[in-house]
Amino acid sequence: MLGNWLAQIGAVTALNLRNLRERSSSTLVALVGVTGVVTVVVGVLSINEGFRAVLQEAGADDVAIVLRGGATDEMTSGFGLDQTRVIADAAEIARDADGLLASAELYVIVEVPLKSAGTVANVPLRGVNAAAAPKLRQNFEITEGRMFTPGTFEIIVGRGAASQFSGLEVGETLRSGTTSWLVVGHYRDRGSIAESEIWTDATVLQGAYNRGTSYQSVRARLTSPEAFQAFKDALTTDPRLNVRVFTERQYYEEQSRTLTLIVGTVGVVIAVLMGLGAVFAAVNTMYSAVSARAREIATLRALGFGAFPVVVSVLVEAALIGAAGGLLGMAIAYFAFNGFQASTMNWSSFSQITFAFTVTPELAAQGLVYALALGLLGGSFPSIRAARQPIVRGLREL
Amino acid sequence: MLKFLPLFFANLGRKPVRTTLTLGSIVVAFLLFGLLKTMEGALALGADLAGVDRLATMHRMSLIQQFPLSYLNRIRAVDGVVAATSFNWFGGIYQNERNQVSAMTTEPATFFDVYPEYLLPPEQRADWISDRASMIVGRATAERFGWKVGDTIPLRSSFYRKSDGSDTWDVRIAGIYDAANGDSSSVYLHYDYLNESLSRNGGRDFIGFVIFRIENPDEAAQVSARVDALFANSPAETKTSTERAFIQGFANQMGDIATIVTAVASAVFFTMLLVTANTMAQSVRERTNETAVLKTLGFTRHTIAGLVLTESFLITALGGAIGLGLAALAARRVGDMLAQFFPVIGVPAGAYVTGVVLIAILSLLAGLLPSLEASRLKITDALRKV
Repeated sequence: MLGNWLAQIGAVTALNLRNLRERSSSTLVALVGVTGVVTVVVGVLSINEGFRAVLQEAGADDVAIVLRGGATDEMTSGFGLDQTRVIADAAEIARDADGLLASAELYVIVEVPLKSAGTVANVPLRGVNAAAAPKLRQNFEITEGRMFTPGTFEIIVGRGAASQFSGLEVGETLRSGTTSWLVVGHYRDRGSIAESEIWTDATVLQGAYNRGTSYQSVRARLTSPEAFQAFKDALTTDPRLNVRVFTERQYYEEQSRTLTLIVGTVGVVIAVLMGLGAVFAAVNTMYSAVSARAREIATLRALGFGAFPVVVSVLVEAALIGAAGGLLGMAIAYFAFNGFQASTMNWSSFSQITFAFTVTPELAAQGLVYALALGLLGGSFPSIRAARQPIVRGLREL
Repeated sequence: MLKFLPLFFANLGRKPVRTTLTLGSIVVAFLLFGLLKTMEGALALGADLAGVDRLATMHRMSLIQQFPLSYLNRIRAVDGVVAATSFNWFGGIYQNERNQVSAMTTEPATFFDVYPEYLLPPEQRADWISDRASMIVGRATAERFGWKVGDTIPLRSSFYRKSDGSDTWDVRIAGIYDAANGDSSSVYLHYDYLNESLSRNGGRDFIGFVIFRIENPDEAAQVSARVDALFANSPAETKTSTERAFIQGFANQMGDIATIVTAVASAVFFTMLLVTANTMAQSVRERTNETAVLKTLGFTRHTIAGLVLTESFLITALGGAIGLGLAALAARRVGDMLAQFFPVIGVPAGAYVTGVVLIAILSLLAGLLPSLEASRLKITDALRKV
């Protein structure tokens, strides 16, 4: 029984696929429909993957970020010099040959023109401890020029910021208010959010922005990821301090929430609505395929082919269209979007974040599965109609 | 054309499933189009609704830098300035960090001189102006947290600290406003209420930015220059621009996202165009015989072409109208969702105009080939094919 069915399915499906060419225009439309959906959906969601790559994966578990109590980000946080010293005294902070691996940092924004629009955007300008800060990032590396000299008005620029904003090449000068900053180097850090920033010496930045001796955050490498809880407990129970302590990973997850929520919602809405449109197209195509072959199907049924093989043959054809559209959409999305550099406003820190569209294998697989589902859904009703058609009427139809 | 109406309906009703599906994909296309336009409008942050006679003065370096309170009165004294009010970013948190409120402090006495488009009952307005421990709240925010007029809300600042170290201000709700510029999520407190509790090093007597109205919008450039000249070479130099440019500055920072939205909309449209065009072609091809009969009856090729085009237009217009209508309904829901991030005004009026143009283009492109095909049809060829 089963063998017979399989043979029938094979025969009917082969017949369908062989005359696919005669129905090429409507098949092509269904194909383009599915391809369009997958391209757009994968493209939009790859923005979120890009944010994730920049924000979340950049976070380490053994690097802690300390903010003032109640602060949600570095921009709204603040510490006096005395408090940063108390924090840096914690026993869980690692040290190396050059000293303590902790950096009290200042986070302000500086206006720099966007290359694409020519209008100014808020670029984060971070004041750091020149010795410790590079070691607090995972793969910090100067790619061009040199590190800034502490105590001078020199800056180094992240690779992402240098690509999105103008006037940040090595040797150029960035004017902000009455201050002129000399760009002396570019750096990279595995594509993390640090690459969206500009760095300078924290004490110089305090002077330039009238911040006295205050800082906004303390970043420290701990002796191990396990030491985090002890570190957090020590600081939050210290009566001299009122702080929030995050691991770097937690902090960036928090930071990216709004952005990924917005882009994720938009992505899902587009996916569902466009998917609906594509299903309509696929249903249309398969209906006309079925009605064009009404006579063939009736003949087959008269010859003794069962209803089930006919259903399966239509579904297989629809699934193939879906799969082909999915593969095509994936390929287009990958070549058109993957690695595309862009920047936008990260509202939680009121400053720009640069990111790259990232088409991950999981995302591509999701796109393909979605395309297959669209194809099958599009084939389901027409296949049932094909099987239900009365043989006599099918044969009479000319 | 009107006498052909029954013919159109007969044609559309010939394959109801197909007609429904085609209509469905057009509806979906226009629904998406409407929603994406709404989003684009939201990302523009209402810059189009900024007053033409309003200017904004901020610190020369960046918006996060503040300048002395005394600047406000000096700006008022500048020639051509009618009214001025100041703003500080308060950064409200209600209950916990997840509940962010866009809270600002201002000078209520002059606020309405600068922003007449903020509407609330006169008694609420008077109440807010007279009580420094009160605030007015946008309707979306009031609904989001279930706040009522008269409630006292403990509002934490993510930015300021009182001189005693606490970060929470108790504020009574004096009124709930509606604003014509799409802002329905902001909260406005008294600057004095904030200022009196700050320490000298904690930002006391410093303001974030000043918005002011000028007598003659044509003199915006001269007045800007006059204001900035006032503070040149001081420790806090200023930058003055039109309010529109000020808001546009934020909107531009969304940068590439807006471009992407437009790109997506175009991709969606291209796809839908293909679907519709193909269905049109199919249904015309199926009626080859009927077309030949019509021609035999004396219909000219122009009438035939016109009939096909009209049919294409009918279905596109119907689908487009339904889609845009759904978008308008959905935009309100989306607006509520996004209200905590952006001012959302609903589907922008311009989107409807573009929508109508798109309906015309789409129906023309979809109907053109089939209508040519039908009008060029040779009766003898068509009738021979059975």
